[in-house]
Amino acid sequence: MIRNSDTNGTVYHVQGGPMGTLLTIKDFCLWYGRAQALFDVGMGVEKGLVTALIGPSGCGKSTLLRGINRMNDLIDGLRTSGEILLDGTDIYGPDVDVIGLRKVMGMVFQKPNPFPMSIADNVCYPLKVDGVRDKKTLRDTLENALKASALWDEVKDRLQDNALGLSGGQQQRLCIARAIAGDPEVLLMDEPCSALDPVATAKIEDLIDELRGRYTIVIVTHNMQQAARVSDNTAFMYLGKLIEYGETSVIFTNPKVEKTMEYVTGRFG
Amino acid sequence: MKPSLNIEAVEGKTEADPPPTVKDSELRLSIKTRPENGTPDMSSEDGTTAEPRPKRSMIWDFKARGEPFLWGLGGALAIGMLMIAGFIVLILYKGVPTFYPEPIEVMKLRDGSVVAGEVTRVEKFAPGTDILANLDDKAKEAIAAKQGLAGRTLLKTGNFDLYHEDYRWVNDYEVAEVSEPAGIYMVERMEWGPFIGTIVSLNLQGDILDRNRISPEILRKEQAAAARRRERIREIERTEIAAVNQHMEDERLKLRKTGLSYGQSSSEYQRTEAVFKENSEKLEVQYQDLAKEAVLLKERDSKYAITLADAAGREQTIKLSDIVRFYPANDLTVWKKLEIYFSRWWEFLTQEPREANTEGGVMPAIFGTFCMTVLMALTVAPFGVVAALYLREYAKQGRMVSLVRICVNNLAGVPSIVYGVFGLGFFAYVLGGSIDQMLFPERLPTPTFGTGGLLWSSLTLALLTVPVVIVATEEALAAVPGSMREGSLACGASKWQTIKWIVLPRAMPGIMTGLILAMARGAGEVAPLMLVGVVKMAPELPIDQFFPYIHLERSFMHLGFHIYDVGFQSRNSEAAKPMVFVTTLLLIGLVFAMNAASIMIRNRLKRKFFMGHF
Ligand SMILES: Nc1ncnc2c1ncn2[C@@H]1O[C@H](COP(=O)(O)OP(=O)(O)OP(=O)(O)O)[C@@H](O)[C@H]1O
Ligand SMILES: [Mg+2]
Repeated sequence: MIRNSDTNGTVYHVQGGPMGTLLTIKDFCLWYGRAQALFDVGMGVEKGLVTALIGPSGCGKSTLLRGINRMNDLIDGLRTSGEILLDGTDIYGPDVDVIGLRKVMGMVFQKPNPFPMSIADNVCYPLKVDGVRDKKTLRDTLENALKASALWDEVKDRLQDNALGLSGGQQQRLCIARAIAGDPEVLLMDEPCSALDPVATAKIEDLIDELRGRYTIVIVTHNMQQAARVSDNTAFMYLGKLIEYGETSVIFTNPKVEKTMEYVTGRFG
Repeated sequence: MKPSLNIEAVEGKTEADPPPTVKDSELRLSIKTRPENGTPDMSSEDGTTAEPRPKRSMIWDFKARGEPFLWGLGGALAIGMLMIAGFIVLILYKGVPTFYPEPIEVMKLRDGSVVAGEVTRVEKFAPGTDILANLDDKAKEAIAAKQGLAGRTLLKTGNFDLYHEDYRWVNDYEVAEVSEPAGIYMVERMEWGPFIGTIVSLNLQGDILDRNRISPEILRKEQAAAARRRERIREIERTEIAAVNQHMEDERLKLRKTGLSYGQSSSEYQRTEAVFKENSEKLEVQYQDLAKEAVLLKERDSKYAITLADAAGREQTIKLSDIVRFYPANDLTVWKKLEIYFSRWWEFLTQEPREANTEGGVMPAIFGTFCMTVLMALTVAPFGVVAALYLREYAKQGRMVSLVRICVNNLAGVPSIVYGVFGLGFFAYVLGGSIDQMLFPERLPTPTFGTGGLLWSSLTLALLTVPVVIVATEEALAAVPGSMREGSLACGASKWQTIKWIVLPRAMPGIMTGLILAMARGAGEVAPLMLVGVVKMAPELPIDQFFPYIHLERSFMHLGFHIYDVGFQSRNSEAAKPMVFVTTLLLIGLVFAMNAASIMIRNRLKRKFFMGHF
């Protein structure tokens, strides 16, 4: 076990996926104005697996996640260094199309944010963005995405109803369906269950389990059990640094760093 | 620990005491007056702890609850509401009864003359000594008994063609006898205002019916027939001949245009001139036919006449078709009166004004106001929304944007007449002048767009109200939750797509609110319009059956200006007074209706965007 005082750099024991690494984050630093939020984060996200980001509040999990699909671009005074490689190209490179990048990365937010339109329009929004008009494509995508997000049976009779009329858990699954409908490679989820009750949470966890293999999933969570249940690899962050990154079972049963141990056993955070 | 102990102790004690009020106040007091507290408060300085308790609790309550502020707030709202309600009540009280038919009083005066008319107003006045000197003793005594005040009545006598006045003050001491005899008619005419008197005879193409042979049925039937003849003549003159004239003018302009662009001696010109001659001959023939028809109709029409006599017996013969409406004022049932009341409203809403706007209807003004307001909304909405979108979504927020915002807000404080001057100078003279030069050179020197008109009025008002829309839109845009934008962007939408599909629809209710405010402000504005296109009497409506159907360059009538014109510019201010209130009522009604429509649209939008579970 590495003592807290010796912590320097990240400890890795990653479980490799069958399809190799999709995303490689290298020496990634990020500043909000003058305050640095991420310090030399380096990790690879395995294709087809579920990667969990854990750590105490304010440690930079959301920042890192939003760095991956460049949602951070909207913030004034944001600066980054290092690189994030997707299939070998740096997404912060000069000739990267952010819009194209975001189409590759579906994102699900902490609070369900369905648009004020019908359920069908919500799910088909990414296709609308792409200019898809073909009725059959739209219908198939709608059905597949809703089935994939385990919402189909509940809403199939009211696809034209306003999405704001759904319950919180249904709304979140609708948001997942929307993310899936864009046919992304990566699903980024920022505490997708924090606004939901245990039943809805269980449904979403099952869903994540089902999506494993089809999509590369990065999920931020505060719920240790959830991380332990759904993820293959877990990254533990602390104060903007990546402390330990490796196989989930190891992180939760036999972490290599004392800090991780303290966190997963609930001694702080 | 101490406070909780304290409370428990008091609660324990009060459980024996049933009245809840006692419990409540004692609980509060016990917490407050705890002497153990570090800094000694007023009570401990007062010394005794038992007596002053209730008083202090009062003061404490007062401050903490902010009751005086609450009263202040409520009072301010109440005063505001009262002022608005008072205004509306005044308008309704003065405006609604205007068209209700009043009985006609016939007054025999001491000097033997007779006056008849509707009682418009009754008031008291102090007669001067020279008047008093000429009165008999009885009248003097009556006046003295009322502290030197005498009564007088304002009668609407009508018969302007006979008396050269419409209204007459009758002093009470002059009157010998007042009656409301049957058989007195109120006859509203196309010209000269109403006639009040009796019907003497009817001349139907030389067949003269005297008083005994005139039945109400015959009268009504003949008057209706005469009204139809009047309408037909009017249609020929105003519509059919106008159409021929319009075509003739078009032909002339076509020729002039060819002359201007090819020169007078070119072959094109010769050819067009030949066509012009041919066409104008045809049109001339058409014109002659129509004119002949009109003359014949008029000739026939003039053979139907009616002879009326005023209360004193002076006779006056008028054409039957000059009568708009007539009724025996003192022989009406309530139903008949209501019928007249509503038929007057109908005339007011659907007819054109007569008699320098003091009689007839205000339809052109309603139509003009409506067109102008709609056109203004149509221009101000996209303009304001686009400006606000740039300011809020695209411009880099900083000192420059703040400066622009301040300027926009200050624009709302510029006096509206300044906008009028600007509209006339820039829109009408500069823009309109250039348009005339480029597109309508053949009509010069008569301006087409180079003078005030509907388009320039709408644009001027759009300029006047654009700050309202910008501010409201900016606020609505800022209120769109960031999570919606993020959701859209995360789906790979571009910024513009996000704005178009998510932000704008969601901000729509707020934008509508701004538009409603702008419309309310614009519809009631008069001052700038007087410079850029509103006229006292517009010969044509801005929309008609002649190509291109919507004539944006035409001057138009406006209810607000109509109020000003009728109320302060007409020869007959007494007759105009009720019209001012009725027209105000109508303007408020129109603004209200337009606002209600937009509010309904807004609420429908709101329901769509703001439903959901919590
Ligand atoms: N828009 C921003 N501007 C400036 N600082 C920010 C901004 N967003 C986040 N930060 C800072 O960056 C650090 C990391 O924030 P981040 O939201 O990534 O934390 P987190 O790990 O997601 O926390 P939580 O679990 O509470 O969501 C925090 O110190 C936060 O204050
Ligand atoms: Mg977070």
